[in-house]
Amino acid sequence: MKNKHKNNNAKKFGMVIDLDKCTGCGACMVACMAENNVPFKDDETDKLLSITWMRVYKLNNGESFPDFEECYLPRPCMHCEGEHGHSPCVSVCPATATDYNLETGIVSQIYTRCFGCRYCMAACPYHARYFNWWDPVWPAGMEKTLSPNVSPRMRGVVEKCSFCFHRYQLAKDRAYMEGRRDIEEDEYQTACTQACPAGAITFGDLNNPDHAVAKMVKPDPHHHGRPMNPKAFRLLEKLGTNPKVYYMSSREWVRKTGDKYLEDETKVKKH
Amino acid sequence: MKIDRRSFLSLVAGGAAGTALSPLPWKLIDDSSIWTQNWPWTPVPTDGESNYVDSVCTLCPGGCGISVRKIDNRVVKIEGKKDHPVNNGGICILGLAGLQLLYSPSRIKSPLKRTGKRGEGKWKEISWNQAVSEITEKLSQLREKNIPETLACISGSAQGVESNLFKRFLEAFGSQNFMSVPSIQNSYDMTIELMHGAKGSVGFDFENTDFLLSFGSGILDGWGSPAHMFKANSGWKTNKSKMVQVESRLSKTAAKADKWIPINPGTEGILALGLGHVIIKKSLHNKDFVNNFSSDFNQFKKDVIDRYTPDKVADITGVDKSVIINLAKEFAGASKPLAICGRGQGDIPGSLKEFGAVHALNALMGSINSKGGMFIMPEQNYIQWDEVKADAISSAGMKKDRVDEAGSVKFPHSKSLLNRLSGIINSSKESPVQALFVTGANPLYTMSDTGQARKSFDKIPFIASFSSFMDETAHQADLILPNHIFLERYEDVPTPPGFAVPSIFLAKPVIEPVFNTKHSGDAIIKIAKTLGGSIGESFPWTCYENCLKKTLGDKWGTLLNQGVWMDKNFKPSTWANAFGESSTQFYFVPKSADPFSGPDLINAEGDQKSYPQILISYDSMRLANGFIADPPFVIKTVSDTVLKGKDIFVELNPDTARELGLHEGDYANLSTLKAKVKVRVHIFNGIKPGVIAMPTGLGHTAYDKYLAEKGINYNKLIGSVEDPVSGLDAAWGIRAKLAKA
Repeated sequence: MKNKHKNNNAKKFGMVIDLDKCTGCGACMVACMAENNVPFKDDETDKLLSITWMRVYKLNNGESFPDFEECYLPRPCMHCEGEHGHSPCVSVCPATATDYNLETGIVSQIYTRCFGCRYCMAACPYHARYFNWWDPVWPAGMEKTLSPNVSPRMRGVVEKCSFCFHRYQLAKDRAYMEGRRDIEEDEYQTACTQACPAGAITFGDLNNPDHAVAKMVKPDPHHHGRPMNPKAFRLLEKLGTNPKVYYMSSREWVRKTGDKYLEDETKVKKH
Repeated sequence: MKIDRRSFLSLVAGGAAGTALSPLPWKLIDDSSIWTQNWPWTPVPTDGESNYVDSVCTLCPGGCGISVRKIDNRVVKIEGKKDHPVNNGGICILGLAGLQLLYSPSRIKSPLKRTGKRGEGKWKEISWNQAVSEITEKLSQLREKNIPETLACISGSAQGVESNLFKRFLEAFGSQNFMSVPSIQNSYDMTIELMHGAKGSVGFDFENTDFLLSFGSGILDGWGSPAHMFKANSGWKTNKSKMVQVESRLSKTAAKADKWIPINPGTEGILALGLGHVIIKKSLHNKDFVNNFSSDFNQFKKDVIDRYTPDKVADITGVDKSVIINLAKEFAGASKPLAICGRGQGDIPGSLKEFGAVHALNALMGSINSKGGMFIMPEQNYIQWDEVKADAISSAGMKKDRVDEAGSVKFPHSKSLLNRLSGIINSSKESPVQALFVTGANPLYTMSDTGQARKSFDKIPFIASFSSFMDETAHQADLILPNHIFLERYEDVPTPPGFAVPSIFLAKPVIEPVFNTKHSGDAIIKIAKTLGGSIGESFPWTCYENCLKKTLGDKWGTLLNQGVWMDKNFKPSTWANAFGESSTQFYFVPKSADPFSGPDLINAEGDQKSYPQILISYDSMRLANGFIADPPFVIKTVSDTVLKGKDIFVELNPDTARELGLHEGDYANLSTLKAKVKVRVHIFNGIKPGVIAMPTGLGHTAYDKYLAEKGINYNKLIGSVEDPVSGLDAAWGIRAKLAKA
C-alpha cells in the first residue's frame, strides 16, 4: 500500500560546475538575466542590492604575490534538499511562497504569494535570494526584450534562480504533444548551462543514472552520501543543507574554501 | 453640548470598536497589499509565436553562430548556435546582451544633422535623402577645390564587403586615406610577410597543441575569437595539455593557466629570445626545420647566444634564471608546443620585435604549418571587383601620399597607421583631413591619448558618422547616417582571428530595422551614385545586398542556407613549399626590414623620477572596450572592486600600497604625461610591485545612464608609441604617479 503512493519517477535536477573550466567570464550571469527578465538599475555597483540569480564569485588562496591564486565560482540557487525537502528557506517561509517540489527537486518561488518578509533571505546560507527594493523599470523600448515565459517581478517580493523551471514545463509540454511521457536529457537545460562558452556547467537528473550529472557525482554511501569523485564538493557541506549544485576542482584550496570554517571554529558538527 | 471625560472616552472607545468591527481597515490593508504588487507599470510581456532565427554575431570579429529567439516580431533572447564550428552552442557575455543593443536608448533613430555647436548634443532629425544630399554637397566642394585626397575614412575593419565599399568609394573619389582600426592582426600579418616572404594571416591549431606558451595574450579575456578560445581552454583541461601565461598581472587567463610567470611589463619579447637562447644552446630545436627550411639561422643563433643569456634576460624581465631555463626545456620538450603573443584582447598591435621573437620560438620548434602549431593562412581574396573608374581629379588625388605615411619609404610594410593621425593633424597648420567618415569605429574613445585625438578632430571641418549609437565620435560629428545594428542586416564575416580554417560566415537580418536606419553599405552606394560620374560608375551594384551576393558568387547559396562556408580541404602547406612563392625559406633574420635590429624594449613614456610607477591596462570580457560598449546587463556584472558608483579602482600590490601609504578603497590621484585623474585603490596580490593596473572599457562620456560617466577611460592616460619598424602603436603601458588624494 505504501509503495503505491511512492513516486518512483521523481526527478532530482542538479548541476555540476567544473571550476577548472570556468573562466569567470560572466556569460552565465547575463544568460540568466536575459532568460528570466531580471531587471537592472542605473547603478548596480552595490552588490547587496543587485539582483543576480546567478553570480560569479572570486575566490583566492590568501597567499601573497607571486603565489597568489584565484578561482571563479558561479553560484545559482543550490536547490537544497535538506533532509526530506526541508531546505532552509522553505522551512521559514510563513506564506508558503517557496516550496520544495518532490517531483523535480526544484525549490520554487511563487511571487504572488510572497509578501516580502525576507525570512528566506536570512535563512539562505548562500545569498542566493534577492529582494526587489524597487519597481523594475526597463528603458522605453527595451521592454520588448522581455520573455513571455517568465513574469517580471514587482516591488516587494523575493526572487531567485528557478533552474529555469519554465524550460522544464515547455519541454514537458512538447513531449506530451508528441506523445512521449518523459523528456530527454538535452531537452531541459538551464540558460546558464546552455550559454557557458567553456562548457563548465552540466545539468540533469541526479536520480537518472544515464544522465551526465549522476555519473559525475555518484554518491558514496559510506561517506554520508558525498560524491565518490574526489574533485567534487558542495558548498558549506557541514550545514547539512544537502544542495543539488556540485562543484569540481582539482585544486585542494578551492575545495577547502567551499566548506569554509570560521577561524575560531574548530569542531565540525557531525551530521 | 458639553463634552465631559466620560462622553469623550466612550466616543473614542465606541469609535475604535466600531471601526475594528467594520470591514474598512481590513479592506484597506488588503487593498494596499494588492496595490503594492499590482503596479500597472510592472510590464506584462505579451505572448506570441515563438521562433528561432539563426545568424552570426558581428559584435566582434569572432564569428560566433547565434540562434535568436523571437516572439512575434521582437527579439527576446540571443543564444549560441549549436554545432557551429566557432562556438558550438556557447556564447560570450556581450553576444548574450546583444538584444539590449538593439533596443538601446543610445540608438540613433534617424539621420541627424547638427544644429548647435559641435559636441553640444543639439540635433535635427532629417530624411535620408537630405542626409545624402548634405554629404554629397560637402564632398563635391572638395572635388571642386581639387583636394579629394583630404577625404579620409576611419573604419573598424579593413575586411569584409562593407569596409571595402568605403575603401573603394575613397579610391573612386581620389583619396588613399582609408584607415582601419589596428590590432595584433596587423603585427602578425607583417611578421608573416617579413619572416616568410609571403602575404597571409595566422591561424592557430589550438585544439591539437599540448603546450601553449602565451606572452600576455588574454586567451580567456577576449583574445582572438573569444568563445572559441574558451572552448579550446576547456579542451586543454580535458586533455591535460599545459598552458603557461607570462604576464605582469594575474588576469583571468593567468588564473586559469597551469603556471603563471609574472614578468616586468613590456619585456615579454626579451623572455622569448632568452628561451630561444636556452633551446639553441641545449640543442633542443627542431633540426629538420632549422637545417632544411630556414635561412640565416647561424646569424640568429649568434645574436641570441651573445645577447640574450639567461642572466641578462632574468635581469631585464624579472623572471628567475631557473624559471627561464626550466620553461625553455618544458616548451622544447613538449611534442606540439605553440607560442602566441599580443597583449590582452590584442587591441594594441605591439612591438614587431616581440612578434618576431615569439614567431622565431615557434620556428625553432618546427611549430609552423604542423599539427598543434600555427598555420600560415592564405590571404582571403573573395572580394574581386573591377578596377575603380577614375577621372582626372581622382587620379591626381590618388597620387598624393597617405596622411599617416603608411606604405611610404618610412613604413613600407604598413597599410594603415591610425595611431599617427592625430599627431599629424595637430602639428599641421591646416588639417590634411578636410572631411572624415567614421564607420564601425569609435576613435574618440578607443584612440590613445583621447585628449589629442579630440583636438585633432576639432580641426577637421566635416565629420560624418555612420554609427548606430550615439557614441563619443558620433557626438562630435556634423552629420550622422545611422547604420543598422548586427541583428538587422546582412554582413559577411571573414575567417575569425586565429581560426585555423579559411572560412566565411554570413550574418542575416533576424528582425526588421527598429528605427529609421540604413545599412552603411547601401548608404555609401547611394552617396556614390548621387555624386555620379566616374564615382557612380565605380559602383555597378543596385544595393549592398546585390553587391554582397555578386561578390560571394557561388558561395552565396551555401551561406544563405547554412550561414557558414568553410574550406574543409584546407591543409597548411608543407615546409617544402610553405613560405611564399618566391622562396622556400623561413627567414630567421628578415632581409627587407629586420625587426630584431631595433631596440630591445619599447619604452614607457615619462621619466622615472616624476613618474615612479608603471601603469598598464587590463581587458575583461565584462567590459567591452571597442566600438561596441557595455549594454546594461554586462555593466551589471562588473565587480565592485573594479567600479563602485562612479569610481574606478586601480589595482596595486600591497607592498606598493604600503610604500605609498594607501589602503583598500582610498582615493588617489593618478597622473601620467597625458592626463591626471582621480581613482580608488584596490589592493591586489596578483600584480607585480610597482605596477598599477586599470581596466579598459570604462569612462564613457557618451551613451546612456547605465554606462556614461562611470570610471575613467584608460586611453585618456596613455599615448601611442610608434614601433620603429612598423610604425604601429607598440605602447604596453606608461609611467605614472599615484598619490593619496
